[in-house]
Amino acid sequence: MEIKREGADRGKAGTDPDEFRIRQIRARDLLRGDREGHDLEKHVQESVLTTTLEKALDWARSNALWPATFGLACCAIEQISLVTSRYDSARFGAEVFRASPRQADMLILSGRVSIKMAPVVRRIYDQMLEPKWVIAMGACASSTGVFNNYALVAADKFMPVDVHVPGCPPRPEALIHGILKLQRMVQGHPDLGWRTRYGAEGTEELPHPNIALSPAET
Amino acid sequence: MPDPAGLELIAHELRERHPESIADTLYYRGIATLVVEPDHVLEVLSWLRDDPQQQYGFLASMHACDYLPHEPRFGLHYELLNMSRVERIHVKALLADPGEPELPEIDSCVSLFPGAGFQEREAFDMFGIVFRGHPDLRRILMPEEYEGWPQRRDFPLGGEPVLFTHNEHQMPRWYE
Amino acid sequence: MSEREPVGSVREMAMGVTVDAAAEAGLSPPDVEDGREEAVLTINFGPHHPATHGVLRLLVELEGEVVHDVKPYVGYVHTGIEKNCEDKSYWKVIPLVERMDYLSYYFNALAYCMSVERLLDEEVPARAQYLRVIHCELNRIHSHLVWLGTSALDLGAISILWYCFRERDKVLDLFEASSGQRMHTRYVQVGGVVEDIPANWARKVLAFTEDMVERVGQYEAILDRNEIFLQRTKGVGIVPPERLLELGVTGPLLRAAGNPWDLRKADPYSSYDHFEFKIPIGTVGDCYDRYRVRVAEIRESCAIIRQAVEGLPEGPWITDNRKVALPPRHELATSMEALIHHFKLVTEGFRVPPGEAYAPIESPRGELGCFVVADGSAKPVRVHMRDPSFVNLQSLREMCVGGYIADMIVSLAMLDPILGGIDR
Repeated sequence: MEIKREGADRGKAGTDPDEFRIRQIRARDLLRGDREGHDLEKHVQESVLTTTLEKALDWARSNALWPATFGLACCAIEQISLVTSRYDSARFGAEVFRASPRQADMLILSGRVSIKMAPVVRRIYDQMLEPKWVIAMGACASSTGVFNNYALVAADKFMPVDVHVPGCPPRPEALIHGILKLQRMVQGHPDLGWRTRYGAEGTEELPHPNIALSPAET
Repeated sequence: MPDPAGLELIAHELRERHPESIADTLYYRGIATLVVEPDHVLEVLSWLRDDPQQQYGFLASMHACDYLPHEPRFGLHYELLNMSRVERIHVKALLADPGEPELPEIDSCVSLFPGAGFQEREAFDMFGIVFRGHPDLRRILMPEEYEGWPQRRDFPLGGEPVLFTHNEHQMPRWYE
Repeated sequence: MSEREPVGSVREMAMGVTVDAAAEAGLSPPDVEDGREEAVLTINFGPHHPATHGVLRLLVELEGEVVHDVKPYVGYVHTGIEKNCEDKSYWKVIPLVERMDYLSYYFNALAYCMSVERLLDEEVPARAQYLRVIHCELNRIHSHLVWLGTSALDLGAISILWYCFRERDKVLDLFEASSGQRMHTRYVQVGGVVEDIPANWARKVLAFTEDMVERVGQYEAILDRNEIFLQRTKGVGIVPPERLLELGVTGPLLRAAGNPWDLRKADPYSSYDHFEFKIPIGTVGDCYDRYRVRVAEIRESCAIIRQAVEGLPEGPWITDNRKVALPPRHELATSMEALIHHFKLVTEGFRVPPGEAYAPIESPRGELGCFVVADGSAKPVRVHMRDPSFVNLQSLREMCVGGYIADMIVSLAMLDPILGGIDR
C-alpha cells in the first residue's frame, strides 16, 4: 500500500537543495547576525533567555506587591479604606498587608514622619528584603506637608522613595493611582515625568544671570 | 462657672486660710480664673478639691503657656471641674524664668490628681518647667535626648524654607 | 542556663507582637533558683505593630504571660501642631487643628471654634448650630465605626472590618457632598459653618441613619453573644470609676464604668439641649461594657441626627458679623465695605481681643477641650488641645497589670487611643 504525501518526494521541483540552503542561511542570519563564538554566546544569554525571564519576573513582582503597613497618622485611615471592599487593593495585587517587614515588598509610608519615628522607619526599611519599593503617601510623608516645623522630616531625606502620592489625605483612588504608577515602574516602563509628557523642558526655575533677584543685586 | 461674686468668695476664703496664695481674680467671658502664687499652688488645689463647699474634684486639663515678652513668663493653667454642680474654675500660676541654664520649678500636683502625670511631663517637655515631686519627669513627646524646649516663644519653628523664585538666590544652585 | 527563646519566635507571632530588633528587646537573663527559673521578660511592643492603633510604643514586663508592668512611650507622631498654630491667623489654624485627633476632625475644629467664639463673644446662628451637630454626630458614628472595625480586627473578627468600613465610606460620601473633602473638611469655621448643605443632602442623611440603625443591629447580632468575643472581653480591664475620675478619664470609658458623665447632657453646647437622646452606661466597666456603650452610642447619634435634620431651622449658616466671617460673594460686586472686610479677613484675619478661653466638648473619646490665648493680634498666642486619648492612656496600666498579654491587646483596643491626638 502506498501512502501518498504532498511534497515529500525528493528530487521534485519544490525541494531544491539550493533553495533550502538559502533559507537556512537566512534563518541563521536572522537569529544571530554576524556574531561568532563568545559574542554569540553572550548575545544568546542576554537577549533571548534572560530578558524574557527578567521581564516575566518584573511582571510577576509588580502584580503581587505586598505592602507592609506603615500607618502613622490620618493617611493610615485612608490606607485601611483602600484595603476594604469599596476601593479594594487586592485586585491590584496587594493581596495581604504583611505586618512583618521581612515578608513585604512595598512600604507605604502613610502619615507624618516625626523625628522620633524616623530611625524606626529606617530600621523597618532596612529589614525589608530586596527588591523593595517605597510609596510616600500624602503630603506629610512626601515633603512635610502642612506642617513645616521642628518635629517632622520628609521621607526622602532618609530613605529612597519611589512614588510620592500628593493629598492630605489622598483619596484611596489617588493611592491606587500611585500603586499603578509603581507597578509600571517595576515593569520597566516608568511613566514619563510631566515635563517630558507636556513638552515643558525649559520651565525649570534657574537663576538667570541677567535678572536681578533682589534689590541688593542690582 | 461660679459667677463673679462666687469667685470673690472663694478668693476670700483662700486668703483667710493661706494669706499670700491668691494674687488676683479674673472673670472674663464667663470663665472664672484664680491667679495663684506658684508656691501655694498645692494648697489652693487641695482646698478646692477637698473642701465640702467646693468639691472641684476633677482635673479636666493642665497646660502651660509662654507669655514672652510679658513677665512672669510662664503660666500654668489648671482646669478644675465640679461634676455634680457642673462648674469649672480655672487656676492660673505664673512662673518667672530664672534664665538659662536653670529651669522654672513648681510643685507637682500628681499627688492630688494622678491624671496630671502625662500632662506635667508634656509641660516639662515643651516648656522646660520642672515639677518637684513628679515620679517620672522625662520627655514624653520629643525624643529623650532632645535639647531645647520646643514650645517656648523664642524657640524657632524650624522646618525648611519653601523655595520660590524670589528667594532662590538665597540657596544658589539648589537643583544640584 | 537553659535556652533562651529566640527573638521572633512562635510566641510573638501568636500574640501579634512585633519586636523591633534583638537589641531593642532587652531579654533579661533568667534567675536560676533551685533548678527552676523565673524570667521577667521585657518586651518592646514597638511603634510599628499590626494592631493599628497608631504608633504607640509599650514596654511590657511579662512573667510568663502575665503582665507586670506597662509603660507607654508616645511621641512618635508628634507634629508640633500647637507651635505651628501660633504662626497662623485664626482661621488658618482650623485645618491644622483638625489633623490632631484624626478620626474626629469635626470635633477638633468645633472645640477650637467654640473657644475663639467665646473670646470674640460671637453668637452662632441656629442653623449653623444644627448643622454642626449633624456633622459632629456623623463624625462620631464614623469614629466609632473605625474603632469597631479595627478592634474587631485585633480580636480576630475580621469580617466586621469590611462591614464597618463599608458604612464608613457612606459617611464619607455624605461629608464629601457637604464640604468637598472626605476627611479634614474644615467645614466648621469661626462663627458657623463654611457653607450651606446641598439640596438633597438632608434626605440622604435620613436614609443613611435608617440604614445605619439596621446595620448596627446586624453588627450586634454578630458580636454581642459571640462566644469568643465574650470570653475575650468579659471581665477584662476593669477599673473602678473613682480611679478613672482620679486619672482624668472621660468619655465611653467612664460611662462604661457606670458614671453617666456626658458633656452633651451635663453642659450642653451648640443646641444639644434641643434634642432627646439617651446616654448609654455600663455596669461593670470591663471591655465588653465599653464595646456595648460605643455601639449604643452609634444608635443614639442616629437619633440625634434624625431630630436635627427634621428640625433644621432656616437662616444663615455663618454669623453676619463681617469682621469675623467672609461676606457672601455677590456682595463684593456692590458693597465697598464688603470688599474691604473680605480683603482684611483674607490677608490679615480677624483680631481677637486679649483673653484666654477653654471650651470643652464631648468627642467620641471623651472630653476634648481647646485652650486659646489671644493677645489682640490676628494670631493666637497659644492653642492647646486637651486631648482625651492623652489623658485616657494613663489608665492603660491599671487595666493591664495582672492580666494576660492577650487581655492587654483587648484593653488597648477598647481604650480607643488615637495617637494623633496623644502626640499632637
